[in-house]
Amino acid sequence: MNVDGVSTGIVLDHIQAGKSMQIYKLLGLDKLSCNVAIIQNAKSRKYGKKDIIKIDENFQIDLDVLGFADPHITVNIVKNGKLEKKFHLALPKELIGVIKCKNPRCITSVEQEIVHKFKLVDEESGMYRCEYCDTAYVAK
Amino acid sequence: MGIRNLINITDLGTDELFQMMNLADDIIENPSKYSETCRGKTLGTLFFEPSTRTRLSFTAAMMELGGNVLGFSEAASSSAAKGESVSDTVRTVGCYSHIIAMRHPKEGAPVVAADRTTVPIINAGDGGHFHPTQTLTDLLTIRREKKRLDNMVIGVCGDLKFGRTVHSLIGAMLRYENIEFVLISPVELKIPQYVKDAMDKANAKWTEVRTLEEAMPRLDILYMTRVQKERFFNEEDYIRLKDTYVLDLKKLEVAKKDLTILHPLPRVTEISTAVDDDPRAKYFEQALCGKYIRMALILTLLGLDKEVK
Ligand SMILES: [Zn+2]
Repeated sequence: MNVDGVSTGIVLDHIQAGKSMQIYKLLGLDKLSCNVAIIQNAKSRKYGKKDIIKIDENFQIDLDVLGFADPHITVNIVKNGKLEKKFHLALPKELIGVIKCKNPRCITSVEQEIVHKFKLVDEESGMYRCEYCDTAYVAK
Repeated sequence: MGIRNLINITDLGTDELFQMMNLADDIIENPSKYSETCRGKTLGTLFFEPSTRTRLSFTAAMMELGGNVLGFSEAASSSAAKGESVSDTVRTVGCYSHIIAMRHPKEGAPVVAADRTTVPIINAGDGGHFHPTQTLTDLLTIRREKKRLDNMVIGVCGDLKFGRTVHSLIGAMLRYENIEFVLISPVELKIPQYVKDAMDKANAKWTEVRTLEEAMPRLDILYMTRVQKERFFNEEDYIRLKDTYVLDLKKLEVAKKDLTILHPLPRVTEISTAVDDDPRAKYFEQALCGKYIRMALILTLLGLDKEVK
């Protein structure tokens, strides 16, 4: 991975092509004052095409949210021009306050101030279930 | 026992189930031994939706253990009608009771309750979701009638699509060896795929049939449920089918002599009242088992099950 242009910061690699803007918004990168570069449709050996986001700052990322949005992302942490840490994301085991249960019979549809909680029940299919009513939600 | 709440029957391990049923058996044999075990304890019955039978069964269970009961029997007569949340209701009633049985029309309501109080929560039905004390009742009745929970053919009849008691009973019986299911329902009310998947996964044999007659001769247990009119698209289908799933003495002629007939009650017309006098009809015994297993459950969740000498 070419980390050029980032001396200290984060490079999100292997973003599914076309998804970078969604992730940009999801992580609230529009609120940062540092350099943020988005590369779309870069060549990828693994996936054919991919998007990349480079952030010129060591920014606290909610990895659960990011992993849920795209579990194939590789996160590169760069410090002083060197790759310090690299890891792959996975679907988070739990989603707390990320998605809402859509079952109209679920208690979360009427009870105020309940944090919607989902648990990962099947990693392969990306299936989550509502902690309250067991309604399935499949992460794509 | 480690558990504090009963939200779903799967909260109980097979060994815990076994012990709870043993305790219920002992209560049935020696009721006086248990008549003071819950002295000074109060059961809160929070019925956000009415269910007279379930509520009375819990009330009777607590009273026979020497305890007290307080609560409400429908949301209209409680602060819930004024918009009070499950969270607030449970936090409040948790101050006045040692254990709570709650029924609520919304799925997952008891999970919210359990998060908000340190008092044990028993799910007495959350919408079409779970009703674990019914399943406990069914298991105890089957074990008392058959002296075993393995090696039997269980027929389930009626509304198998929406009937949560049936889904839960099948799930629970899959813990035991060599159980075969015969699923008796109209095409419109067939059992959902996920239940079939669970049976396959457990290597349980199952067959689907359309009439009670063809299933009857092989059954050890017949679990009847109601076929509701509103489940059908049109009146003719309902009228055409409803008698097919009504149990009467004629259909019982080919049944085993030691068949056990169960029904979660209330019954409407799906079992002819003439069947009530047949020695194989056990649904009123089942209602009685419901009280005893709830006594065992209350004792267990309060940690009093080991206190009785
Ligand atoms: Zn839900």
